[in-house]
Amino acid sequence: MISQFFILSSKGDPLIYKDFRGDCGGRDIPELFYRKLMGLPGGESPVVMHHDDRHFIHIRHSGLYLVATTSENVSPFSLLELLSRLATLLGDYCGSLSEGTISRNVALVYELLDEVLDYGYVQTTSTEMLRNFIQTEPVVSKPFSLFDLSSVGLFGAETQQSKVAPSSAASRPVLSSRSDQSQKNEVFLDVVERLSVLIASNGSLLKVDVQGEIRLKSFLPNGSEMRIGLTEEFCVGKSELRGYGPGIRVDEVSFHSSVNLDEFESHRILRLQPPQGELTVMRYQLSDDLSSPLPFRLFPTVQWDRGSGRLQIYLKLRCDLPPKSQALNIRLHLPLPRGVVSLSQELSSPDQKAELGEGALRWDLPRVQGGSLLSGLFQMDVPGLQGPASHGSSTSAPPLGLGPASLSFELPRHTCSGLQVRFLRLSFRPCGNANPHKWVRHLSHSDAYVIRI
Amino acid sequence: MPYLGSEDVVKELKKALCNPHVQADRLRYRNVIQRVIRMSKLDQWGQAEVLNFLLRYQPRSEEELFDILNLLDSFLKSSSPGVVMGATKLFLILAKKFPHVQTDVLVRVKGPLLAACSSESRELCFAALCHVRQILHSLPGHFSSHYKKFFCSYSEPHYIKLQKVEVLCELVNDENVQQVLEELRGYCMDVSADFAQAAIFAIGGIAKTYTDQCVQILTELLGLRQEHITTVVVQTFRDLVWLCPQCTEAVCQALPGCEENIQDNEGKQALIWLLGVHGERIPNAPYVLEDFVENVKSETFPAVKMELLAALMRLFLSRPAECQDMLGRLLYYCIEEEKDMAVRDRGLFYYRLLLVGIDEVKKVLCSPKSDPSLGLLEDQTERPVNSWASDFNTLVPVYGKAHWALISKCQKAEHHGPLLPPKTSFATSGHLVSEENKEGVQEPSDSEALMLVPNLQLTAEYFEKTWLSLEVAHQQVLPWQGEVHPDTLQMALQVVNIQTIAMSRAGAQPWKAYLSAQDETGCLFLTELLLEPENSEMQVSVKLSEARTERLHSFFSVLETVIGTIGDIKS
Repeated sequence: MISQFFILSSKGDPLIYKDFRGDCGGRDIPELFYRKLMGLPGGESPVVMHHDDRHFIHIRHSGLYLVATTSENVSPFSLLELLSRLATLLGDYCGSLSEGTISRNVALVYELLDEVLDYGYVQTTSTEMLRNFIQTEPVVSKPFSLFDLSSVGLFGAETQQSKVAPSSAASRPVLSSRSDQSQKNEVFLDVVERLSVLIASNGSLLKVDVQGEIRLKSFLPNGSEMRIGLTEEFCVGKSELRGYGPGIRVDEVSFHSSVNLDEFESHRILRLQPPQGELTVMRYQLSDDLSSPLPFRLFPTVQWDRGSGRLQIYLKLRCDLPPKSQALNIRLHLPLPRGVVSLSQELSSPDQKAELGEGALRWDLPRVQGGSLLSGLFQMDVPGLQGPASHGSSTSAPPLGLGPASLSFELPRHTCSGLQVRFLRLSFRPCGNANPHKWVRHLSHSDAYVIRI
Repeated sequence: MPYLGSEDVVKELKKALCNPHVQADRLRYRNVIQRVIRMSKLDQWGQAEVLNFLLRYQPRSEEELFDILNLLDSFLKSSSPGVVMGATKLFLILAKKFPHVQTDVLVRVKGPLLAACSSESRELCFAALCHVRQILHSLPGHFSSHYKKFFCSYSEPHYIKLQKVEVLCELVNDENVQQVLEELRGYCMDVSADFAQAAIFAIGGIAKTYTDQCVQILTELLGLRQEHITTVVVQTFRDLVWLCPQCTEAVCQALPGCEENIQDNEGKQALIWLLGVHGERIPNAPYVLEDFVENVKSETFPAVKMELLAALMRLFLSRPAECQDMLGRLLYYCIEEEKDMAVRDRGLFYYRLLLVGIDEVKKVLCSPKSDPSLGLLEDQTERPVNSWASDFNTLVPVYGKAHWALISKCQKAEHHGPLLPPKTSFATSGHLVSEENKEGVQEPSDSEALMLVPNLQLTAEYFEKTWLSLEVAHQQVLPWQGEVHPDTLQMALQVVNIQTIAMSRAGAQPWKAYLSAQDETGCLFLTELLLEPENSEMQVSVKLSEARTERLHSFFSVLETVIGTIGDIKS
């Protein structure tokens, strides 16, 4: 039960403000919140703050602050869930959630808030029910145009166009224009995995954790039933065994409440009637037992001389993906000891880049093919280099401040757990349009891939 | 009333919880509750609200309790974290007499909590971590096998990392201590000084049980010669030798050399204390202390100087030859040149003590060097789940107990804050400042034996004159708690027709009030209320214009009731 809700931009400008109960404060509350947030000491958590009889609880989403105030001792989980759901809902209705879309669709946002919350109590957040009440149309920035496509085919040849979803399709407002029936019916299914890995300095694997989600964004009209088929050999828990061979295993799995699990046990098929908008169909976790090898391995060699302050780091990065796959947008971030003066580098291929910034080395590799080995040699001068006491001047223990290397990357068309969507079938839909387009994509990206030196 | 999915649900709930006829009939009540729980059309918000309402329900028998728990079982597997946590809290509260059921529920909620701790949403992660800490207070081994989930990653915000470090400190056991210590040791060399210091304190916390390994790690950290690391390590050592005397030897060997790297106040105090108490085992202790004595003139913190005095005296007892000269110089400085009076007094005290004789000095200064029993007191003994079950899934664990206590104190003050414009008036001894009477509506209510006249208009001058001319007829002390809220008291007194002539404003020390009342025979009752700064009792003095003891007692009982009620509301 909340008293006020407001949205601030990343700089603290109030974009939306709504007071539900009128019991505390006025329009200066957003400013007060922002000042308090900025003035908070480092160790204190900003998630829930207290001022004057009011609790402020907020989330950050796409750079915006979504804040709710309450004067009661409510459940933090419910409130945070409400704020996330509001963020998703606003994203569905306005296309995407950003300062621009919110400021263009202020009337729609207020209408939504009116319907979702009554006197501070949640009425409903289901897009189905809300659809009947919302009258305002969303304002989109510019209509989708063919020239946006980066791979337009020539002479009518079948091109990438039909195989690649237009980049703006996912950011269209979901529930727009009832009148515009010519919009394509599309459904996007994403299997997204986040990989967290911790590798010790001797190369042993300390921790590996995969958090996966199957997300659905549906532009289809209501009433269509959908069947999603997953890999049949996928087992849940440590003791289950299906098929022959090691199979694909996850530790735990949880589903959205609207998913029908009748055929899950037997054929690993999920059935649901998705509402328009975004939905997380399934969430799963896997730790410590990855069947495929880790995508990257780093072999660092560090030589440093305390007397002259010279530091030489030789990094070898090996990609252990299958040869046909590739990794994109790899960035290696290596914190360096304080006071680095100069950097000289030798990189193994021309499209890589390395630079020094904010006390750390950033090595960018736009694309790495599976099975390849890349290296980079970095030499720098660090006056006042310090480190653990050692015998002799050159040592193998790293100097102080040479932090753990962190990698960030994306692995398109690859899931670390091995889970794949076999098929996505739609049953008959009432409005009988042309075949809806189904876009299925598998993606893994790094959450915190840390390699200790 | 929140909209819970349909009118039926609302009706049913209203029936169950508000209709006394239903509540009186157990069977009907139970049926209604069961119907509510079975409502399948509720969305996650409805479910969370229902779970909240059910907290007020008291099952009448054990089978009913288990019936309800079975029905609510599916809520524990919901995909919405709010519903899962709400169901957990309900289970914990309903099953307060069955600790094994509570433990079972906490085992089942482990999965969702751990999933929330690794969620993409940082805020959800933080709330989950706070609840994990709460659970660890009662079941320390609960998450021990999942310690890897609480390793910090470099991109997390500071507040999450601090929480994770605390959790790691609390879930240590024999199997995971090696890995956890390795991980914490990595954090100690983090770029951020705050985080590194938090990690070192955490190692200190673990050291109470796994002393040897931790002392070894801390000694290695000293070797890095980093200022922010060294000062915290020395402070940790100081706490450790007090609680675990067995590590004193190892600590004493590690100390020499670290005095070069300590510049801050806390670190210096810790180092000086260690050198004083265990100086005989540290070869160069007198020379380090001599350095401090040389620089005492430029030392800004009096606490450091006091510590230095105490330490040097102690060291003098065990190594007199080396310390005599500098002790003399230090005492001379403290007595003659020091400006801070506390330090000077301490110096004088030690000087006089020395004059009395060395035996006296030994008697005073040879205090115990360690007190392991303090460790047992400090350790949070496992608290039963029931002590925090009602705080689960609320904002209390997210703020932390200390912060929450602060907030609730402020909130209480606010609620009784002046709804009417505040009256500022003082009542100092012997001098009255007059105050307008409130023109509030007076409810004529009479006490049993005493009929006080309403709308008494007594001027302040008349009150003062009469007050000074009468003797105190009755004086009594009534228990009181906390602050006085003058407006509340004034209104309450008016209800029983006691007029307030003057009242100190809230928070004045000491707080005084002067009241007057008149009964139907014209007898005046003049009262003084006095609240001492300790706020634990209120002194009431009553003066009568006519000597009528029985009236006095009735009047006093009325007054006592009012004051007692006001005190109860707030405490």
